[in-house]
Amino acid sequence: MTVAAAITTERVRAAPAAPRDLTPLLLMPAVAMLVVMFIVPLVLFFVRTFMEFDGTATEFMAQARDLLLSQAYLTALGTTNWISLIVTATTLLIGYPIAYYLTTARGVGVSIVVLSIVLPYFTSIIVRTFSWMVLLGEHGLVNDLLIGSGLVHAPLSLMYNRLGVLIGMSYVLLPYMVLTLYAAMRAIDPSLLRASAGLGAGGFYTFRRVYFPLSLHGVLSGALIVYILSIGYFITPALMGGQHDIMIAMLIDRSLEVAVDWPSAALMSLTLLVVTLGLYAVYYRVADIRRLIGAR
Amino acid sequence: MVEMDPVVAERVPAPVVAAEPAPAGPLPAPVAATHRAAIELRGLTKRYGEETVVDAIAASIAPGEFFSLLGPSGSGKTTTLMMVAGFVRPDGGNILVDGRDIAAVPPQKRGFGMVFQNYAIFPHLNVFENIAFPLRARRWAKDAVAERVAWALDLVRLGRFADRAANQLSGGQQQRVALARAIVFHPPVVLMDEPLGALDKNLRFEMQVEIKEIQQRLGMTVIYVTHDQEEAMSMSDRIAIMNRGRIDQVGPPSEVYERPANPFVGRFLGEANLISGTVLAESGEVARLRLPSGHELRAPHSGSCGAGPGLLFIRPERVEIAPGATAAADPGANILLGRVRRCSFLGNILRYAVEPEAAEPVTVDLQNAAGVAPLPAGAPVVLRWPVADSLILRGEA
Repeated sequence: MTVAAAITTERVRAAPAAPRDLTPLLLMPAVAMLVVMFIVPLVLFFVRTFMEFDGTATEFMAQARDLLLSQAYLTALGTTNWISLIVTATTLLIGYPIAYYLTTARGVGVSIVVLSIVLPYFTSIIVRTFSWMVLLGEHGLVNDLLIGSGLVHAPLSLMYNRLGVLIGMSYVLLPYMVLTLYAAMRAIDPSLLRASAGLGAGGFYTFRRVYFPLSLHGVLSGALIVYILSIGYFITPALMGGQHDIMIAMLIDRSLEVAVDWPSAALMSLTLLVVTLGLYAVYYRVADIRRLIGAR
Repeated sequence: MVEMDPVVAERVPAPVVAAEPAPAGPLPAPVAATHRAAIELRGLTKRYGEETVVDAIAASIAPGEFFSLLGPSGSGKTTTLMMVAGFVRPDGGNILVDGRDIAAVPPQKRGFGMVFQNYAIFPHLNVFENIAFPLRARRWAKDAVAERVAWALDLVRLGRFADRAANQLSGGQQQRVALARAIVFHPPVVLMDEPLGALDKNLRFEMQVEIKEIQQRLGMTVIYVTHDQEEAMSMSDRIAIMNRGRIDQVGPPSEVYERPANPFVGRFLGEANLISGTVLAESGEVARLRLPSGHELRAPHSGSCGAGPGLLFIRPERVEIAPGATAAADPGANILLGRVRRCSFLGNILRYAVEPEAAEPVTVDLQNAAGVAPLPAGAPVVLRWPVADSLILRGEA
């Protein structure tokens, strides 16, 4: 484009926006809704629960430390972290080839895969979790098939334990991983892969030295999204987990519903919120890495 | 990322250059004699659906030759190159390298160097690692890699830029990295797909000289795709002019420029006058072309040339222009009387549009030498060119 042409298009593009930028006005409804329905209740919740605490700040700190160092909390923290890591790794291992397939293939296969990835995305988590319970139960479809085919003699425990939680959560969170990876992979310039082959690199070498490094920010973004969503997970572990699979969100729920200990619940919620926000900050940095390495 | 070995870094001569250096000093000698390969295309064909993109083309490229595929976009030149590279599977014909058919050999095993359109520099690797890529893919030892990359960096005058990130390079520097990456492993053949298309005009000329020097120094066979006729002419040993999936003509630059095989080639390689008329029965090597006005022009003809519609081809710079309204007949020259319609000042030349009395408009280029004053519009002029400098071509304009 010549300079003159560039200036002309710039002017044309700027013209309607010049008198008044309407963007803030258009964002108003969304912002208002978020403030009224999310931020205000959240702040009120923390303020009220901490107001109910009548003691000195030192006492409060001591109590907070007791709670955050309690066996129940630390166990739940470990469980949450461990389950989240495994779920992240599982969705990555399953999601990477799917996303790769989606970026390279054409035709009916793609539509089918996209549909089976995206459709559940719009379905209620509870519905999907119950579906898994139907499949994985002691007399569920999977066990029936395994026993019917003679592969196993007694039903496997696929549910009400850690395995059930991992299966359920990995399934529910897979779309986030696939869609994030897909976006990153679509941005990889195919001519780079061609260049790699043209310069003598075999398929695996091209993957290792070119494709995977260029998809890395997608891997990091996807892993962070899945991990962030995992650490706050409640329904799936509550329904499909066993007694030892207490995650933080479930502990918060118990403090509220069973122990009616609002300050504890608030404190745990606050720590979860801080960790989540911290990870989101990292996520934004990772998303920026794309620009740093100059990938499109 | 692997840093450059300090020992090797010391061995790299201090770069003589600024960011975009002018060629200076001798180029470093090749580390080893480059093997040169001969390439032969036999009936190479590619179809996409109904459309035949490359139509049974044939060409023999000699070892060490700089061979250009020149044509407008859609002429099939890039598709041809991609078939040689192995990225596009031919629908027919063979590609022979030193007599061996490489149809079954995948791109990464063909061992060609490649420079891609828009360079295809790996954005996550620095300059050193980009150039080292073909060597590492071939599992070279670390020391050998460092040594050879230093050599290649020196060759393209990027010695100081080894640690530079790929996205911190200018267009010209990226082009050099792409070139160094293509030749670092001393391939017998280097394929280049419009490598200078994205550069501005001055830089393009500089890189033409540099690529040509490196090619002559290393002696590798080059197949070069371009749509820029000046680029093709200044660099190539031979040019293949492609048009609609076929090679219209192959030959050295001067030959395709001065003796085009058909009107398309004549027009594509720069300004050309193509005066249409009817070819009269040939007499010896020179044929006569009768213009609609009845005026006759004479010119050598290309190949068999029976009677029928034809065109007289003459380059604008071969036509002499002189003020005047009359001219004596000259058996060795064609003469047209006419009037100046317009004179355009193009810097090094003056370009005249002249309306002859007996023919369609003719373009004349005159060197802007000392003492040349442009003739005003409407001035009567005599156009004259030697019969031997023009050519009669079959076909219609």
